[in-house]
Amino acid sequence: MIAQNFEYAAPGNLQEALDLLAGGDAKALAGGMSLIPLMKLRLTAPDQLVDLARIAELNYIREEAGTLRIGATTTHYQVESSPLVRSKCPLLAEAASSIGDIQVRNQGTMGGSVAHADPAADYPASLLALEGRVKLVTAKSERELSLADFFVDTFTTALEPGEIIREVIVPVEAQSTGTSYQKVIQPASGFAIVGVAARVQKANGKIGMARIGVTGLSGKPYRATNVEQALEGTAAAAADIQKAAALVAAGVDANADLHASANYRRQLGRVYTARALAAALSRMA
Amino acid sequence: MATTITKTETLVGKRIRRREDPRLITGTATYVDDIQMPGMHHACIVRSPHGAANIKSINTKPALDLPGVVAVFTGKDTEKIAPVPCGASLPGLRVPHHHVLAMDRVYFLGHPVAVVVATDRYIARDAADLVEVDYEPLQAVTDPEKAIAPGAPPVHPEWPDNTAFNYHQEGGDVDKAFAEADVIVKQRITSQRLIPAPMEGRGVVAEWLAGDRALTLHSSTQIPHLLRSLIAMMLGLEENRLRVVTPEVGGAFGCKLNVYAEEALMGFVAMKIGKPVKWIESRRENFTCTIHGRGHVDYYEVAAKRDGTITGIKLKLIQDLGAYHQLLTPAIPTLSVLMMPGLYACRNIRADIVGAFTNAVPTDAYRGAGRPEATHGIERMVDILAAELKMDPVDIRLKNFVGNDAFPYTTATGLTYDSGNYAAPFEKALGIVKYKELREEQKQARAAGRLFGIGLSTYGEICAMGPSPATAAGGWESATVKIEPSGKVTVMTGASPHGQGEETTFAQIAADELGVGIDDILVLHGDTAVVQYGIGTFGSRGTAIGGTAMYFAIQDLKKKIKKYGAMLLASEDVSFANGVCTDNQSGKSVSLKEIAAASYRAMSLPPGETPGLVATNFWEPPNFTFPFGAHIVITEVDRDTGAIELKRYVAVDDCGKIINPLIVDGQVHGGVVQGLGQALWEQAVYDDNGQLVTGEFMDYALPKASNIPWIESSHTETPSPVNPLGVKGVGEAGTIGCSPAVVNSVVDALSPLGVRHIDMPLTPEKIWNLVQAGGQA
Repeated sequence: MIAQNFEYAAPGNLQEALDLLAGGDAKALAGGMSLIPLMKLRLTAPDQLVDLARIAELNYIREEAGTLRIGATTTHYQVESSPLVRSKCPLLAEAASSIGDIQVRNQGTMGGSVAHADPAADYPASLLALEGRVKLVTAKSERELSLADFFVDTFTTALEPGEIIREVIVPVEAQSTGTSYQKVIQPASGFAIVGVAARVQKANGKIGMARIGVTGLSGKPYRATNVEQALEGTAAAAADIQKAAALVAAGVDANADLHASANYRRQLGRVYTARALAAALSRMA
Repeated sequence: MATTITKTETLVGKRIRRREDPRLITGTATYVDDIQMPGMHHACIVRSPHGAANIKSINTKPALDLPGVVAVFTGKDTEKIAPVPCGASLPGLRVPHHHVLAMDRVYFLGHPVAVVVATDRYIARDAADLVEVDYEPLQAVTDPEKAIAPGAPPVHPEWPDNTAFNYHQEGGDVDKAFAEADVIVKQRITSQRLIPAPMEGRGVVAEWLAGDRALTLHSSTQIPHLLRSLIAMMLGLEENRLRVVTPEVGGAFGCKLNVYAEEALMGFVAMKIGKPVKWIESRRENFTCTIHGRGHVDYYEVAAKRDGTITGIKLKLIQDLGAYHQLLTPAIPTLSVLMMPGLYACRNIRADIVGAFTNAVPTDAYRGAGRPEATHGIERMVDILAAELKMDPVDIRLKNFVGNDAFPYTTATGLTYDSGNYAAPFEKALGIVKYKELREEQKQARAAGRLFGIGLSTYGEICAMGPSPATAAGGWESATVKIEPSGKVTVMTGASPHGQGEETTFAQIAADELGVGIDDILVLHGDTAVVQYGIGTFGSRGTAIGGTAMYFAIQDLKKKIKKYGAMLLASEDVSFANGVCTDNQSGKSVSLKEIAAASYRAMSLPPGETPGLVATNFWEPPNFTFPFGAHIVITEVDRDTGAIELKRYVAVDDCGKIINPLIVDGQVHGGVVQGLGQALWEQAVYDDNGQLVTGEFMDYALPKASNIPWIESSHTETPSPVNPLGVKGVGEAGTIGCSPAVVNSVVDALSPLGVRHIDMPLTPEKIWNLVQAGGQA
């Protein structure tokens, strides 16, 4: 399990890193939780790695104008344990706490996970439910994109050559919102066979806002808008939840592998959507 | 002078912390990969990416051209190395010639094709990719039942039926039992392929000293002496010119009870290049090229009387052998046949094994080796029979147990069970779970629509392997006990422990026998230049046979100690206890330390005695030992997802006399976890092309600590009459008792839906499908 030879650079600031990445041949290394195993299995063999770990300006969590901004190299453990995230965006902290194991959470980063776009990764469900955004940078430019637009397909994102994620932006959660991330763990890898993130708000006894993000079920994470619409305006009685959750996999081309067939994944999607909604409702202020 | 004799605290039976642990915990233990030698080279093996293919050509030049590469060897270079040995012999066994490197055809994914040797491991790995092998892929077959069906692609062209052997065993009158049966139940039961996956994979460092004509092989193995004999034979080297050193072994579970191509290959490479060479298995290689375990398809039939008396058992067993025989491959399923009747007094059995070649890595011994499969089969069948007869699974077991007055009990398969009280651990376990109340709780849960299961397994197993006539290479064990001039005690055991804690348990036994402190004792093992010939640690034999050899060596020493004591005390009536020799008349005494010093100084000798205090014993056991026990598992199934909740795990094991309860707990816990792994998660899956779908930890679901319930472990102690220590063995018991208890529990949970059997692993999807189909799947 030895990777092929590669050049390695560990720049101390962002501009230097972006300059190194500008040619498009170098690969950015964050926590290495996915890239390093792929290199060791020789499934990928980049000529150059640009390690982002020493760039202090990429590691932060801060509140700004009604949003939380999370630097790309912030580890899952930092997200999980941050008092700011826990109080202002508990859904994201919950999602982070369910990733892998403690070693993975101490090493893996939010930017790395999002950029890798593994269809079974945990964050995307929450980030889509949160209607989060990413700030992307190259040596010469900067742009913001919704995560719905960022995730293109399996392991495929809107990142251009030479471009990296600078930060992930999520809204500060209203106190009245209830949230939950519920996940079926793949027994070997710890990834999500299906993971569902739910956010709900009630007004006058009825669901005023519902957001559902789903990971693992298909080739790319998605927002289950049909479930959201079915739920909004209801009183969120058990039957309402069941009825809405039943729609989560409708029309979705579900993944199939050794660990779960497409049919079973759809079932897990329905069950875990209902469970995530029930948990989110129970946590509403 | 008045002497006060302080009785040495009895160590046997105490929860003493393992003396091995400090070095393991502090990272100061030496594993093969920790070995560094001046001028050491590194090897990387080029392996087949196909399940089956012809090799049309190999071009090693691009690899040889890479700076730092010193040699590349292919099958043509290593053709003269004797084949990788199979130690098992069965009538009519077909044994493929197992070259250390493939010649003109590869038979499984990962089959070694060439070895690249370079000055560092990175260059070696890069160069391996530069070896150009032109393959012509062939159709593979990986399912053992498909392999023996007509028209299957032949694994070995010379044997188109893919049948390595047929084995038949029969006892009693099976046809009569089935003809007279009130009820016959039948079931196909599989025991899937598993990957042993020790924390440390295999590794070899070989050093050739040409001037001395001496080869040293450091290898992570369970059997250093057998390895020495067999590698010397393979390489054509005199046995006494080969030294095998087994440093720390990071887990084995049977997969290092073997002689592997790479071990001979590294010896060959070191002799060729005249430099030390290291090969460390990658995890990917461990998954694809180290033996797998299990791989059974069993067809059971059980005949019984209406009152539940089991009168006959038939088994057709198809064993997935893989492409070759490793050391014991064909013998493993014969152990299943021996244990077919389990704890039950059934006199009529018939077993037919078909050994099937497949394009997969060979199967061989993996924790339990044949007994988990047998126990799973009989314990499932007993539950199926109980359901058929509408009997409580407790009652049917109690009805069929071999009775306490029947020991030694000769089974229909020809074994002699040494001692037993099968109801004792069972009733203890039933008491712990409050079985009657539990069934009430289940009734209420079912009324509320819950799928609540209670699973029982009462297992027996064969340990202390085992009398030499029953083994491939001798079933005895050896020990040398040296009392040094200072009175310190050095034990050299031929058993080669690798995680079982024998440095601790042997020291406990020796300290008690000699009346010295545990810290006065050092237990050495695993170096053929230090330790007399031995067999090794496997089949739960270490303490029962190796410990007994040490015990008898100590008894010899005690006689000599008393002679020296008598001489020093000028007495003819002495006794030896608590580390001192005492004149029974005067009460005067002399310590072991003084006796040891006198024996080496040898100013005078007792009549007819020699100087020094050293004794060696090679102990041949008269029989196996037969531990037993009962496991109870309570589960609940989630109707919506098929997820299984392990609500409670109770294990009551009887492994004979317990030397160290802490170590026994550890063995039971580890064993149960591996049993849970098979029952719930683990499966080695090959696709039809011979690719291993579960080729890494991302897909092969090894149990994690967070998956494991609290294991309520307790014991009964029925001593074995086979050895003076009364011990039986416990290394594999947890694994053997576990899987049927889990499956019986989940089947019990789903029984209101009409489910009567589920094959392992019990994946949630499988369970959900059964729930969906109302039990019909």
